[in-house]
Amino acid sequence: MSVFHDSYMTTALVAGTGIALACGLVGYFLVLRAQVFTGDALSHVAFTGALAALAFGIDLRVGLFAACVLIAVLFGALGRRGRADDVVIGNVFAWVLGLGVFFMTLYTTNQSGSSNSSGNQTVNVLFGSILGISSGQAVTALVIGIAVSLVLLLIARPLLFATLDEAVAAARGVPVRLLGYTFLVLIGITAGEASQAVGSMLLLGLLAAPAGTALLVTDRPFVGLAVSAVLGVFDVWVGLTLSYFVPDTPTSFWIMAVAAATYACAVAYSRMARRRRRPGVTAAAS
Amino acid sequence: MIDDAVLSLRDAAVSVGGRLLWSGVDLSVRPGEFVAVLGPNGVGKSTMIKVLLGTLPAAAGSVTVLGERPGAAGEQIGYLPQRRNFDGSLRIRGVDVVRLGLDGDRWGVPLPFARRFSSGRRIADERVREVIDLVGASAYAHRPIGECSGGEQQRLLIAQALVRRPRLLLLDEPLDSLDLPNQAGIAALIHRICVQEQVAVVMVAHDVNPILSYLNRVVYIVSGGAASGPASEVITTETLTRLYGTPVEVLRAADGRLVVVGGPEAPALHSDRHADHHSHEHGDRHEALR
Repeated sequence: MSVFHDSYMTTALVAGTGIALACGLVGYFLVLRAQVFTGDALSHVAFTGALAALAFGIDLRVGLFAACVLIAVLFGALGRRGRADDVVIGNVFAWVLGLGVFFMTLYTTNQSGSSNSSGNQTVNVLFGSILGISSGQAVTALVIGIAVSLVLLLIARPLLFATLDEAVAAARGVPVRLLGYTFLVLIGITAGEASQAVGSMLLLGLLAAPAGTALLVTDRPFVGLAVSAVLGVFDVWVGLTLSYFVPDTPTSFWIMAVAAATYACAVAYSRMARRRRRPGVTAAAS
Repeated sequence: MIDDAVLSLRDAAVSVGGRLLWSGVDLSVRPGEFVAVLGPNGVGKSTMIKVLLGTLPAAAGSVTVLGERPGAAGEQIGYLPQRRNFDGSLRIRGVDVVRLGLDGDRWGVPLPFARRFSSGRRIADERVREVIDLVGASAYAHRPIGECSGGEQQRLLIAQALVRRPRLLLLDEPLDSLDLPNQAGIAALIHRICVQEQVAVVMVAHDVNPILSYLNRVVYIVSGGAASGPASEVITTETLTRLYGTPVEVLRAADGRLVVVGGPEAPALHSDRHADHHSHEHGDRHEALR
């Protein structure tokens, strides 16, 4: 296949696969726990973290992960039982975005000599640059993605119990609080990692779209978890391929387009399935 | 002290945030017995469940659950907390929610195709099917639980609480927010489980009438005091007047339903939260009189 002749495409596919796996699995619980707003906020925290790192002249990824994980834990501490509420998230979100703007100004004024490159970096943070990462970074992304996935699979069943039935799970001895925090840290790591691929602006699509699609097509929780992960990888692969064959188009756009299209198909499918079921139900009742 | 008691409370008291909620509760429940915890709203009926679960310590007296201190025998207790319904958009099957009652505290994920190779998995599947059958939920257990009615969800949750064959079932207002036919259905189901499975049931309720004919004993708690014994001895004009310290009348309708008239208002602290609850409860009872 010609796609693999270009090494930057292979690199992008390796990194994208790790990121998509983590996003699909974490996203499934994010949607199920109605914590999508947390994911949204953390993806913007990634923006602030990256720009802070750039402003202080350290590795961008250190800033990304530190900010995402710290704010994720802060969300949990401010919320109840390791689950933040919307008002808390909204306030922290706005404050962190403000900080991001501050660091952006700091960074661009300090780099005034080469304002073009600093502008590029900012755009990369916002919209991703999966085609621009090195093979070393790609392997790191894959390893982190797989590690997040493994931890999530390890806690998946008690986390599902705590999500659906917190009081009963707690009475059964499930560490509800600890699971809540662990999950928040996993979202933080995933957000930090994925923002390098699709950017902090578009990260939410990769977290929410495969999971939303999975929940529409199946009502079995562990099947849904698998479907969400597979769909995440599918979105990234197809998006990357499309961006390769359509020159001068941004990869992030294609990944989001595929994710949105799959979700739209699932909505249409579930509507039709419900309509098909409904006449049957009324017929049986009458 | 009765030796085969599933749980026993001796002169137990509980305080939350330094405030004494109730005291002087004596109760002993044996296998297969159905006991209700009654009393006005805000008096701390749910707190009784928390004490039995071991999440809240008793301030005085002794509490023994399944021969141990509360919380030590959690494996053998089925618990149904007070709740609102599952969100209508929740697309998880009822059978999966029941299944979590069996193995929801185990790490990891169920492996695909394990049914073919693992006998443990087959036994677990069989147990889930059996308990869903027991509560009469087979017809809708494979539908998303969000699409089930309140009564259907309650049956599935009772199945979840029962799936590990507990010796004690703690139910917090399981009839709340159900319509009258469903209240009667769930009450009959709980009674059947008591008798058939020899499970001891402690149920918090704000209306005794749907379960009155099934009860072995009641605990009636008011702020400051409590009385326990057979319903016919506790829910009487004399006992309740003594408990409340103000004239209260218990009337019996032609169909056997009990109506408590003239009870004092709920404590001011709780009047906001429970205002409509309280009047609703009395509305129910007046309806029984007509």
